[in-house]
Order: sequence, then structure tokens, then C-alpha cells
Amino acid sequence: MTERELSKVAATKRGIHDRLTTVEVGREPDFHPGRTLRLRVELVRQLKRRRTQVAFGLIVILPVIIAIAFQVGGGAGSDAPQLVGLANTGAFNFALFTEFASVGFLLVVLVALFCGDTVASEASWSSLRYLLALPVPRSRMLRQKLIIAGALSVAANVLLPLWAFLVGGMFFGWHPARSPIGGSFGTGPSTWRLAIIVVYICGQLLVVAALAFLLSVSVDNPLGAVGGAVMLVVVSNILDQITALDPYRHYLPTHFQYAWVDTLSSPIRWDDMIRGTGLAIAYAAAFLGYAWLRFDRKDITS
Amino acid sequence: MRAAALRSRLRSRKVQAWLAVVVLAAVGGIVAGVVASSGSGVRVSSRFVTGTPEHGKAVRLDTSLYLPASTPAPAVLLSQGFGGDKTSLDGTARSFAEHGYVALTYSARGFGRSGGLIHFAAPDYEVRDGRKLLDYLAGLDVVSRVGGKPQLATAGASYGGALSLLIAAADPRVGAVAADITWHDLSAALFPNAAGAPPGVFKKLWAGQLFASALPETSLSGLPGSAPPVGPDRAPAQATGCGRFAPDVCAAYQASAARGLPTAAMDRLMRLASPASVIDALSAPTLLTQGEQDSLFPLSEAAANARQLAAHGTPVRVVWREGGHDTGSGGGVATSAAIGWFDDVFNGGGGGAGVSKQQPFRFSEQAGVVSAATGDAAQQTLEADGYPGIAGAPEDTETVQVSGPPQVAIAPPDGSPAAITSVPGLSALGPLVTRALDLLPAAPGQTASFGSAKLPDSVLIVGQPTVRITVTARSSADAILFAALRDLAPDGTEQVPAQLVSPIRLTGLRPGVPRTVTVRLPSIVRNVEAGHRLVLTVGTTDFGYALPANARTYLIGLAGGTAAVTIPTASGTPIDAGHPGAWLLVGALIALVIGLSVGAVLIRRRLVLKPDPELVDVPVSIRSLVKEYAGGYRAVDDVSIRVERGQVVGLLGPNGAGKTTVLRVLVGLITPTSGSVHVFGQPVVPGAPVLARVGAFIEGPGFLPHLTGRENLRLFWAATGRPEPDAEFDLALDIAGLGQSIDRRVRAYSHGMKQRLGIAQAMLGLPEVLVLDEPTNGLDPPQIAEMREVLQDYARTGRTVLVSSHLLAEVEQTCTHVVVMHKGRLIAAGPTAEIAGAGGVQLAVEDPDAAARVLADAGIIAELVPARRALEDVFLDLIGEAP
Repeated sequence: MTERELSKVAATKRGIHDRLTTVEVGREPDFHPGRTLRLRVELVRQLKRRRTQVAFGLIVILPVIIAIAFQVGGGAGSDAPQLVGLANTGAFNFALFTEFASVGFLLVVLVALFCGDTVASEASWSSLRYLLALPVPRSRMLRQKLIIAGALSVAANVLLPLWAFLVGGMFFGWHPARSPIGGSFGTGPSTWRLAIIVVYICGQLLVVAALAFLLSVSVDNPLGAVGGAVMLVVVSNILDQITALDPYRHYLPTHFQYAWVDTLSSPIRWDDMIRGTGLAIAYAAAFLGYAWLRFDRKDITS
Repeated sequence: MRAAALRSRLRSRKVQAWLAVVVLAAVGGIVAGVVASSGSGVRVSSRFVTGTPEHGKAVRLDTSLYLPASTPAPAVLLSQGFGGDKTSLDGTARSFAEHGYVALTYSARGFGRSGGLIHFAAPDYEVRDGRKLLDYLAGLDVVSRVGGKPQLATAGASYGGALSLLIAAADPRVGAVAADITWHDLSAALFPNAAGAPPGVFKKLWAGQLFASALPETSLSGLPGSAPPVGPDRAPAQATGCGRFAPDVCAAYQASAARGLPTAAMDRLMRLASPASVIDALSAPTLLTQGEQDSLFPLSEAAANARQLAAHGTPVRVVWREGGHDTGSGGGVATSAAIGWFDDVFNGGGGGAGVSKQQPFRFSEQAGVVSAATGDAAQQTLEADGYPGIAGAPEDTETVQVSGPPQVAIAPPDGSPAAITSVPGLSALGPLVTRALDLLPAAPGQTASFGSAKLPDSVLIVGQPTVRITVTARSSADAILFAALRDLAPDGTEQVPAQLVSPIRLTGLRPGVPRTVTVRLPSIVRNVEAGHRLVLTVGTTDFGYALPANARTYLIGLAGGTAAVTIPTASGTPIDAGHPGAWLLVGALIALVIGLSVGAVLIRRRLVLKPDPELVDVPVSIRSLVKEYAGGYRAVDDVSIRVERGQVVGLLGPNGAGKTTVLRVLVGLITPTSGSVHVFGQPVVPGAPVLARVGAFIEGPGFLPHLTGRENLRLFWAATGRPEPDAEFDLALDIAGLGQSIDRRVRAYSHGMKQRLGIAQAMLGLPEVLVLDEPTNGLDPPQIAEMREVLQDYARTGRTVLVSSHLLAEVEQTCTHVVVMHKGRLIAAGPTAEIAGAGGVQLAVEDPDAAARVLADAGIIAELVPARRALEDVFLDLIGEAP
């Protein structure tokens, strides 16, 4: 038995003191900044949170509720917009409708939650200062937290249409997508289009994610960060309704939020999706760049 | 330093609030400016202008002049639609004036407050009125001139559109024309025949509605408070049911409507009122906008105007817009197209000489895209290089074979029940009605259908498809039929594009003898998807048309059972194309620039501080530390502290002395305003790796409330990325001493439990420097005693403890060294014993009372004071506060 093992056996109340006085100051700690707060660790920190579980629970429940509503109510009325009217014609259209119904608010709130809450909640629990004093380098902490928050957001974005597709298939059959402008696509093109939609929406929500993240590193209150990001989307949507603001409103962060419906044209029209992506990249870069600059020298007083 | 001052000022809450206000005000200003800019600077004045006299009596025309903000400017004579008056043009005129044009609106004769009777676009009346109004405009100073000639244009929709063309053809002063949803040949519009020359089938529903729209509201005139508007020159109605129509016009219409065929007088009137008869004289550049939902004046009318104009070398631009008479929508599109056209003519090429003959052709594809706002189908505008068949633009066609056996179609007497495709005015109610109309089945036996195979590729129909059909009348010498091309989706839903049908009237038939004719199907824009079928239907009835009173039976077939539908197509590009790639490029560039600059700033910040080799063995060295917050408040002011190995240093001071700020700077949470902090010679910046040798417990514990105490410690250590055996978990758990509670969620912990867990967390891995901020808060006395012992043991191995407290006793009993702070400044520092001895000398005596007496005898005034804790004395002395 080595001395070290012996001392572990003696870890009683009294043993503390013996142990304290026997553990010599050794070599420098085996510390590498690049190993701090590994993704797996951060993922566990977030996954165990109630809000993460509730968010994903919501995503699982929502399509089922909508499907039951359509089943019971017999579909939307004939005067409803056609994307809504086609919702119960099959798995693809149900997934499309769920996306259409969710992208404006539900997904925005979820992304704002994952990205806005991640740093601010640590600040509100005071655990932020212990992470930083570990030390987790600040840029690294932002990076790791952003990756996990982004991954959760993407997971939500992928899970919703995928699950809606399955639910839609079970309720309404596995028919390929029908477009509101007439025509239907085969199963292959339908899948391809749904994939494009998910990718594009992820790109658009990058703006929300970046803003929520900026607010998250700026305030110590998770509610402020999440609410602030959602508020921006709401304000941007309101301004986008004012046609008198042409052409300036084309530069609003949410202007091209629904450009993915162009995938339902035949052939796919890429113009607005390209514009929307360019806009999202610029906004996201500005918000994230500022978040990094700000947090790098921020006095952590929480 | 100036930059730092500026930065700190920018950080102040007040400045930020003001910045927010300024930004909000700027945004609000832009919004208000944009909203206000619509409708600014337009002046309107009304007056009567003398028109063409009628039966020797003067006729005055009610006009309104709209002046733009700056004059002189080109002038536009705006003519009204049938049934309206000048007030219906107010919005359009304002748009023109806002875009820098003088606009003159007027109530045509027989309408509104103008005098005279309606002669229906007659050359001697309405057209001559228009020329008089141009005379009036030409005499105004506000109308610009080029080479002494006034810049004049005519524009209007429907009736006004035809008037614009007729006036411009009659008056060489007109330099530009914009005609919206109007006719080419009135007899072809009101008595269309898709399989020959007019007269064809009487469009009774539209004609009746048009005629009625110009009648005064006689039915209401008897009601109180609804006196009919009486103009000053208003002539009394002259014949029954004719309102203000001229008697000859009224009589011709009534006779023709009764017959279902035009009388000779009607033919003459219609010819005079048609651009077809005079348009050869029109040389002014002309814009023709036509609605795609228009069963009154379909696209083919504009096409005929365009071809006739182009044949004489007149520049002509054609726009097929959304809307039309069937929906009443799309007027705004026409107005902005007209403004753009006049801009091109008057300003683009210098006096109209520069408009080229080949003009782009725009058309609107209904349901071309999915609306991002509603998820419903929406129109998109496409642009092709030129109008098919004009100025060298190609006329592309495709053919689709339809086939089917000959079918018998029955025409019921008086055409009842009739198929309903479009109802004037009803379609304006929206897509719901259109969809409902799609669902209305024709009565059985009335329709012959010929379908195609499934289309292998999608086909964009732009224009008027044609097909040859064979008709055999069983008993009659004539035949009236209605042909349409339907879009049949794979799921069985069927649509008549734009609800349009082509009426056919065949005469001179011999019963039982087939006749083969070429049918011009409705002009449409429709993208028929791949997999759909085209269905040619030939029916015997339509609600909108005059139908024969006797029953008929026809045999309808295709020569050889199959026929080719010739479909004109055009390839257009979406109008709002711009350069989407540029957005992506600019976006990516912005992202790149931001990324690089942020990266550069971050790297530059890292390079500022250098390690100090002389301090490699000094656990903590703080030199001249200053931390100034916004507003100039100095939380820490010029503090220097040096801590050696094996020391337990107490940082003593009352609340607000700056102890916590010093500790926060020490672990890199706060950036100092000036001064330096080194740990083992390494400068401390946020995230400096040397901080791995420091364990900290600062200003209370911080845990993830949804995890247990054990999970918190495990995850905390996992976050360091260091090997698990180094953590000394057992030791830490013993120090926390939480027993079974370690596996409960932290949310349920008491303050003291969290406190102990926090200290244990700081000790994970037994760091060489342990920084504890007020560790005994919330602990009970036995735990405090225990903690004291732990800290002393901790330092015994050569480690270092820096502990802050506001409790004197604790510091004195625990610490080897003490640093006293007050109001951000360092008061004293040194070994505890030394500091405790610094406040003067104390003399311990056996008998204080005797000593006092001895002192008094010796002439020394002495006073008995109760014995106080040594350090407390010093402390109070040092900070200069009475106990």
C-alpha cells in the first residue's frame, strides 16, 4: 500500500487534516486550456436542465396536437391559405405546415431560449465566475457554449419537421408533398426540399441565435436575454409589415424568414433564399463579433 | 488614457440611455419621414373647362389639376373608367403628381358634374373634348416644353384607356400614351367570336352591367336625403331607361341587346369608338397594360393593339398584369408601370426620341410562387426580352396533343341551366369565389372533353393557344359553343385558368355536315405542372353570354380523333431578380471582416502583458492595483500585496473596503484599470492558464441548482479537463461534510450547506493558492473552528491561503499575515503579530488598581479601560473610527 492509498483509507473527519498535511505540493497541475469545458461536459450541463427537457417535450407534443386537431376538425376550412389547407394531405405537407406554423414564433423562442439562456443563466446562478476562474478561457467558453446551444437549436429544428413528418405519415399517409401552386413532387424531391427548408430555416434562425447570445453575455438575467431576442424578432416583423418602408425593410433581419416557401415552386427559386442567407450571415457575424469583444473584457460582477 | 476615459464614459448608464434614445429617435424619424413623404407637396385645384358644344349648347367639363412639388413638368391627361367620374382618378393623379407629373383629371361628358351626353368615345364628342383639354394643358405655364412643344401624355384605364389611345391618335402633340385594360375592337370585345370574325356571341352580362353603370341612380331618387347629383349643365334624360346616354347610342345598344347581335348603327358606333380604326395614326410611344383576369377585355385586345402599333413602327411596351375587370384589382401596378413608362419617354431618351422599338415584355404568373406571408399561392411578375412577334422577339410555341372520340353536346333551350365560369364583379370577392366557381360542374351532357396525356415537363402558357375542332350541328344552321383549356391535376382537381372561355359562333352550317374550324382559346398565363393533363372542353352554354332560345344538339370532335393544341410560351425571368448572389457575397464579406477584426483585437489584447521571471516563486503579487468603475468611483486604489508560500493571509476590512474586488481581479474576473497582478510570475488576465493553480471561493457559492452537490463537484472538475484522480474528491467531500445531502439537489440546500460545498469546490485538486472570500459566513461556531484548522493545515504543506474577512477574531486566529483595507486603500500589511503590535505598547500589570494609584502619585493621569482584542484596536486606530 502506498502512502497515498493509506491516506485515502484514513479519510475521516480527523483524516482530513492528516491528509491535508501529507499531500505535498507537487508538479504544476496537468492543465490545458484547450481541454476545459469540453463539449460533452457542457452538453451534460444543459441536457439535465428542465427547460431543455420541456422544450423538446413541446416539440414532440405539438405535431400530435395539430394532427389530432386536423383529424377531429376535418382539416382547415377551404378559405384557409393553401399551405394550411393542404396540411392533412400527407406526411410531407403536414411537416411543411408544422414548419410554417412554427417558424415565426415557436422556433424563434426555442432558439432564443437555448442561445440566450446559456451564459446568462450561469451568471444568475453565480456559477459563471467559477467557470471563468477555473480558468476556462473566455473565448473558449463562448465557443463551447455557442456550439452546444447551436447544436440544441439545430436538433430542435431537425426534430420538429422530422417528427411532424412521422406524425403526419401516421395520421394522413405517406404521400409526397403537394404545392399550394399546384402539382406535387415525388418522394425524392419532397425529401430534398424538406431538407433545404430545414437548412435554410437554421440559417435564418442564426440571427436570433446570435442576438440572443449577445444579450446573454451582456445581461445577468436569462429572461432579459431570451425576451430581448424574441422582442427583436417581433419588432422586426412589425416593421416588415409597413410597406412604406420599402426598400429599407428588405434589410430587416426577419424579412426573408419565410423565403423557404420558394422551394415549393418548380423549379426551386433560390433568389430570396440566397438574399436571406447573406443577410443572416452578416447580422449573425455582427452580433457574435460584438458578443466576443464585449465578453472578452467584461467585468464579471455577478 | 483619453481612450480609456472615453470608454468609461460610454459605459456609463446615463450615456447608454441617451444613446438608446438617440437611436430610437433616428429610427422613428426615418419611419415618419418615409410615411410622410408619400403625399407631400401635391397641390390640387378644380375648374370647369369648355368642351365640345352639343346641339349648339355649350358643354363644360369638370376638371382637377394636380401639380407636383416642382414645375414645369410633363402633363398627363387622365381619362376615367366607364361609370366613374374624375374623383375616381384622385389616387392615380396624386401618384403621378408625387412622381413629378402635372396631372389633369376630368369627368367625361355625361358623367359627374360635367355637362353633355355620353356618346361613348365618339370622335366628335369625347375625343374632341380630350383635344380641348390638351389645349388647356398646353397653355399652362406649369407644363414643361421641349423645343417649344409642350410635353403631353394621355393615360387611363378601360373606357379611359381607349379614350387615351383615341385622343393620342387624333392629336400629334401627345408624346406618350399609357392605356390600361382597354379594347382594340369593341365589337370583338362585346360580340366575340373565337372561330372567325365578329359579330360572335353577345357578352350580355358584361354589356348590361357596363350600360347600367352609367345610368343615374333613379331607383334611389325618390328616397329622402338622396337627391341625385345635378350638374350645372346637366341635360335631362331624353329617352326611357337611357339616363345620360345620347339617344342614338342608347337606341343602338337597346336594339342590339334585344337581338343579341349588333345593329348596323351599333356596328358603326363601335367602329368609331375602337382604337382599331384610328391607331395607325398613333406614333407616340405607347404602354399597353392588360389584366389577366379580364373576361370583358381579354389579353387578346391588348395584343391586337400592340401588333397594329408595332406594324407602323411605334414603340410599344406590353405588360400583362394581375387583376383586370373580373377582380377590379391591379390598378396600382398599371399606374406605376405608366409612371415608369413616362419617365422613360420624357426623361430617359430626351424628348421621347430615345425609346427603342424593342421593349421588354412583362407578364404576371398567377400562383407562380408561394406567398411567404400567407402560405397561399401568389403571383410573380416575369420579364421577357420582347413581346412575342414584335420587333424581332421570338414567338415560341409548343404543341400538346389532345384526343378523344366525337361527343354529343346538348344546348338546352335559352341556355338554361348554364355553365358559370366567371361572373362580372363576383371574382373581386377573392380566391374563395374563384375556387368555388372551379367546383361548379357544367350540366351533364353539355360539354365535350378531349384530354392530353400527362405532360412530361411543365409548360408555361403565355398567350393564346389554338386548336382545330370539328362541329356538326344536328338541326340548326348555326352553332354557339364555348371552348376552354383546363388544367387537370393528378388528384382530379380541375381549373379553368383565369375562368376564361372562348365563345364560338358558327353560321351557315348545314345540318349533319361537319365543319372544321380553328378556335382561338383564351389568352392566359399559366404554368401547367409536369404530370398534369390539359383538357380541351367545348361546352354549349355560358352564363355570361346570350344563348339561342331553341334547343340544339351538336356533335363535337377532332379530326381523326386527335388534335394538336398550339401553345405559345415565353421564357421570362422574375422581375425582382436583382443580384441575389451579391447579397450572399456582401454578407460573407461583412462576416469575414468582422471575424478578422474581432480576432485581431482579441489577439492584440493577449499580447500586452509579459511574465515577470523574478516572481516565479511568489504565489501572489499585486502591484499598484487600481480599479475604477464608471462615474470615477475607485473601488480599489493603489493596492500592493505580496503573498509568500506557506502564508495564510487575511484580507481584513469592513464591508465595501474593496476586498472582494481585489480577489476578483486576482482570479481574472475583473480587468483592473491599472496596476498588475501576477500569480507565480504569470500575469493574470481573464482565463490565464496560471489560474489553474488557484482555487477560489468568491462572494458566495455558485452551483447549478438542478444538479446534486456531488454532480456539481464532478462537473466542475470535469470542466477543468484535468485528470480525475487529481481532484481529491474524497477530501473535498469530507470538507463539505454534507453527509447524505451531497446527493440531493443543490436547490434544496441551506445557505450554510452551499457555503461548505463552495469551499470544498475551491479546494478540489488542492490548488497551490486558495482564495476564500468570507468563508465563514453562514457557518456555525464548531464549523468555523474546524475551518480555521483546515486552513492552517492547508498552508502547512507550503500552499498559500488568501482569506478575506470582516471579522477580526477570525483573522487574528487563523492568519499568519494580515492586510488591512479601508475604502479601497491599503492601510497596513504584515505578520499578524507585528500588525497587532503596531498600535502602541500595552502594559500588563498584576493589580490594575494599585498601578493606577502609583501612576497618579507619579503625576501620570491614568484611566482604566477594559481589555480589548489587540487587532481590533489596531484596526480601529488604522481606519480612524471610534469604536
